[in-house]
Amino acid sequence: MADTFTVHLKIWRQDGPDQPGKLVDYTLDKVNEHMSFLEMLDVLNEEIVAEGKEEPIEFDYDCREGICGSCNLVINGQAHGPKDMTCTCQLHMRNFSDGDTIVIEPFRAKAFPVIKDLVVDRSAFDRIIEAGGYVSVKTGSAPDANSIPIDKTVADTAFDYATCIGCGACVAACPNSSASLFTGAKLAHLNRLPQGEPERKKRTVSMVDQMEEEGFGDCSNYAECEAVCPKGISISAIAEMRRNYVKATLAGTEA
Amino acid sequence: MPSFSEALKSQVGRKVLTGVTGVGLIIFIIFHLATNLQVFGDVHAFNEAAHALESMGWLLYVLEAGLAIAFLLHAYVGISIWWNRRKARPEGYEKYQSKGGPSHMSWASKSMIFTGIVLLVFLVIHIDTFKFGATDMVMLPGGEEARDLKGLMISTFQQPLYAFGYTAVMILLGFHLGHGFWSAFTSLTMKHNKYSALMYTVGVIFAMLMAVGFLFIPLYIYFGGGCEAALIQCQ
Repeated sequence: MADTFTVHLKIWRQDGPDQPGKLVDYTLDKVNEHMSFLEMLDVLNEEIVAEGKEEPIEFDYDCREGICGSCNLVINGQAHGPKDMTCTCQLHMRNFSDGDTIVIEPFRAKAFPVIKDLVVDRSAFDRIIEAGGYVSVKTGSAPDANSIPIDKTVADTAFDYATCIGCGACVAACPNSSASLFTGAKLAHLNRLPQGEPERKKRTVSMVDQMEEEGFGDCSNYAECEAVCPKGISISAIAEMRRNYVKATLAGTEA
Repeated sequence: MPSFSEALKSQVGRKVLTGVTGVGLIIFIIFHLATNLQVFGDVHAFNEAAHALESMGWLLYVLEAGLAIAFLLHAYVGISIWWNRRKARPEGYEKYQSKGGPSHMSWASKSMIFTGIVLLVFLVIHIDTFKFGATDMVMLPGGEEARDLKGLMISTFQQPLYAFGYTAVMILLGFHLGHGFWSAFTSLTMKHNKYSALMYTVGVIFAMLMAVGFLFIPLYIYFGGGCEAALIQCQ
């Protein structure tokens, strides 16, 4: 078996925000099956730079180990590509074969405007977090560990939701561009724990309102978000968000 | 905290509203099908059931008003969700495909707006045909005079356009319920990891039962020749 193989790439190129973009064809014939998807793009960029005819392709990344939520990319129509529970940076070229055509597009949503090429502005998520994705803590000396007893199953479930890395794949894959899985995961994590209890109602309403203000669409229970989530977060988070919202608004007493 | 009406207008509120009205409409169609199936009962069973409904007086108006509100709200919210999605992604993907697995992307879920609008248009025709359609009067065993809706049903479904048109729409109803049943309960926050797959299966079976139940009647009447049909007693 040959050590390297060839792929045909169709990559979204766009000079800047609000500029027209288009898919541009590239052929890369030095692909190694052990490369990550981003390393494959690095190799392509080296060729582009060496050729000197156009600017290299802009794409987002940071940790390259699947925990920071920076990498995005819609690969052949699927957010983070074909492999389940995997970020783009952890997707290896062994998942593709010689001669494959791979379409690479940015996450698409009004709330995630394209900055350049494959890079989108996901600060809408930061503003949802600012709206209520925090807990109050006592300042001063560090509290004793385990001073607040929490049932293990509760802690484990909260942790499952806390694994959300805020990458935005849920929005990218949702036909409605809804941010319900992201917001739901944050709420299901924080609302479940005693540390999150004081702001529970206010947090739920503020984060849901912010989500809509940012221009994300409604949830239609397609569950496509759960399928593309690199952390496999269940849409039960969305059901929980609704339950908390109904409780907060029907029986809300806070100002 | 938002007021009740503000809460209903939020993304969560709209979804809960779709779920509540959806469950209401599900309950309605169960009763509707149970009534329809009376056509296979005793000679007068269907007309008696219809007459009993029409004799309910003010209660019937209350139920009809509630039903109309549920239909209109359900349609309004559904159309607005579809409208918002166009605004939320002004530029679409060149290539898009579902990742499968836990995803419920299917023809049923993707076509809710299409099947929903067809059902809405159908409803207008359906009400015009049966609720406001001209019928003969029949004498019920109890001595009361009633509309011969059974006769109207049989004569209507002996026309191929109605028989096959209704059948097609009922298949679409099945698809609408196929996603709608599960989705309504999920919108009403009844979603648990353990029971989710079971709930979805129950929804699909329910959808098929409803579709088959409803479309069986026009097809049976059409192919069975109306009053000649073995399961239907006329006079």
